[in-house]
Amino acid sequence: MITIKNLKVNLGSFLLQSINLDIKPGEYFIVLGPTGAGKTVLLEAIAGLYPVLEGGVWIDGEEITNQSPEKRGINIVYQEQALFPHLSVEENIAFGLKMRKCPKGEMRAKIGAMAEIVGISHLLKRSPVTLSGGEKQKVALARALVTEPKVLLLDEPLSALDPETKERMQRELREIHRRVKVTIIHVTHDFEEAVALGHRVAVLNDGCIAQVGTLPEFLHQPSSEFVARFALSRNIFSGTSEEEEDGHVLIDIGGVRMRATTEARGEVRLSLRPEDILISKEQLQSTARNCFQGVVSDIADRGSIVYVTVSLPPDFICLITRQSFEELELEKGVSVWITFKASAVHVF
Amino acid sequence: MTKMRIWRKPDTMSIVFIVLGAVILLFILVPLLKTIFSSSPGTLWNTLFEEDVYSSILLTISAALIATLIGLFLGVPLAYLLARHQFRGKRFLEAIIDVPIVIPHSAAGVALLFVFGSSFLGGKVFHSVGIEFFRTFAGVVIAMMFVSVPFLIDSAKEGFKAVDVRLEKVARTLGASPWKSFFQISLPLAWRSIFSGSVLMWARGLSEFGAIVILAYNASFFGWNTKVLPVLVADRFDFGLDYTRPVAALAVLISLVAFVALRSIAYRGEKA
Repeated sequence: MITIKNLKVNLGSFLLQSINLDIKPGEYFIVLGPTGAGKTVLLEAIAGLYPVLEGGVWIDGEEITNQSPEKRGINIVYQEQALFPHLSVEENIAFGLKMRKCPKGEMRAKIGAMAEIVGISHLLKRSPVTLSGGEKQKVALARALVTEPKVLLLDEPLSALDPETKERMQRELREIHRRVKVTIIHVTHDFEEAVALGHRVAVLNDGCIAQVGTLPEFLHQPSSEFVARFALSRNIFSGTSEEEEDGHVLIDIGGVRMRATTEARGEVRLSLRPEDILISKEQLQSTARNCFQGVVSDIADRGSIVYVTVSLPPDFICLITRQSFEELELEKGVSVWITFKASAVHVF
Repeated sequence: MTKMRIWRKPDTMSIVFIVLGAVILLFILVPLLKTIFSSSPGTLWNTLFEEDVYSSILLTISAALIATLIGLFLGVPLAYLLARHQFRGKRFLEAIIDVPIVIPHSAAGVALLFVFGSSFLGGKVFHSVGIEFFRTFAGVVIAMMFVSVPFLIDSAKEGFKAVDVRLEKVARTLGASPWKSFFQISLPLAWRSIFSGSVLMWARGLSEFGAIVILAYNASFFGWNTKVLPVLVADRFDFGLDYTRPVAALAVLISLVAFVALRSIAYRGEKA
């Protein structure tokens, strides 16, 4: 259990203030915010690497605000991994154990087990300089996890990776978290990443927490325009995927079965960009594999663009230009067709 | 496939710059080579075994070495502070560190004498523990240190700056105290810069003349009453060019060999 009360930090050009968070043991907690919102500094303040002006941090009821970083049991993984370039992969992972004067035999066993969990057993003798981005990130994770920290802080850990590696790492992070059961605070600017990984999400904007909650709460009751913009940036569904004969995958999201291209089977989550969905009055003849009829249930006018919610159910948020909106003469209750390609469905 | 090389006629500016560059290179090289080759190897060899010459060489090399070691001990922590912290007056402090490079070194010698001379405070403090600076080995050491330590501090500072501060932060969260994080992460990673700075400092110390002439023209060293090499060269010049030439050649040779050898160690393994 980690508690942050009224935390205030000076970032030079602005303040991070009134930060209040309660994170449960073993929770995968996401802090979502745009670049430059002070996410890294928030993590560094929690870790004791950045001075705190007011408020404090508690772990399991014990205040650690003024404790030096090496005594907190809070480890951090940065976006750029920050592996020690003069040490081998194995020595990198061993660093924290050596600092704790862990006996040699026990150390070897722990490193072996952790390398197994994150899947880098074959890399132990290598120099970190020679590794790929994904491999480096796994080494950084192993190094941070092997000392069994109370809390693991992840600072945009996937942002520097290519999209494919990123998707795989998301799955692996979930799996690692399931096996290690450490409390994680993960900061990111990527809404999809937040949805894919987090139990709960805190949205950080203008130096304070705009909203804390689960994803459905965000979608249905965004507390501010900023949160709404984040939440509206994707249609997020969960469902079960099964293979079809023609190579496509059919995903049942409760009422609607949509086609997608993915390797994943079983329980999946998927997202669909609002701008990838076409709206029409009649059913379209096209190569797009997904075509459904629904009813316009909500219209959010944003000037030159318009968000139209089409309820099948479930609700699909669609983004169209003002011109199309006027041409289609859309209003609440009108029956429409929505169309999108199988490849527009992003499964994670 | 072989690489095609296309010969292009160099433009006029390149030709002019190459000629100018060649002039300055020759200006550096010719006097050095002429000094070295104007004495026969036999003469050099024999000169090496004159007592005032080899005692001078030993004095010069060891004093520069000790100056560098003290510089490492006192200068590296300062370099680390300057690399890691922002504070008011930092630029001013950095300028002060480089002052010894620009002031006349004889003036630096006088300045040192004003602090470490036997009738001044610094001199009195050290006198109480038995260390004298006027015409002693210790005097040679502080004169060398004063004029050469900026090279070490500047180089070490750049070395520390190049170490990602996040490596230190990660080390701290993994359980390292500030000391351990410094000695196991920052220092090993900045080591190459610190070493090459030390080489520069040592080489600069070897060649110091001005400050040493004021503070310790003659210095007692293991029972010898001798002088550092640059002073010996000047001293012998009073007795004629033929007399000083082999010593000058030795001084140039020793500095060159040491400098090249140590630099190659510092840059070992690094691609050009």
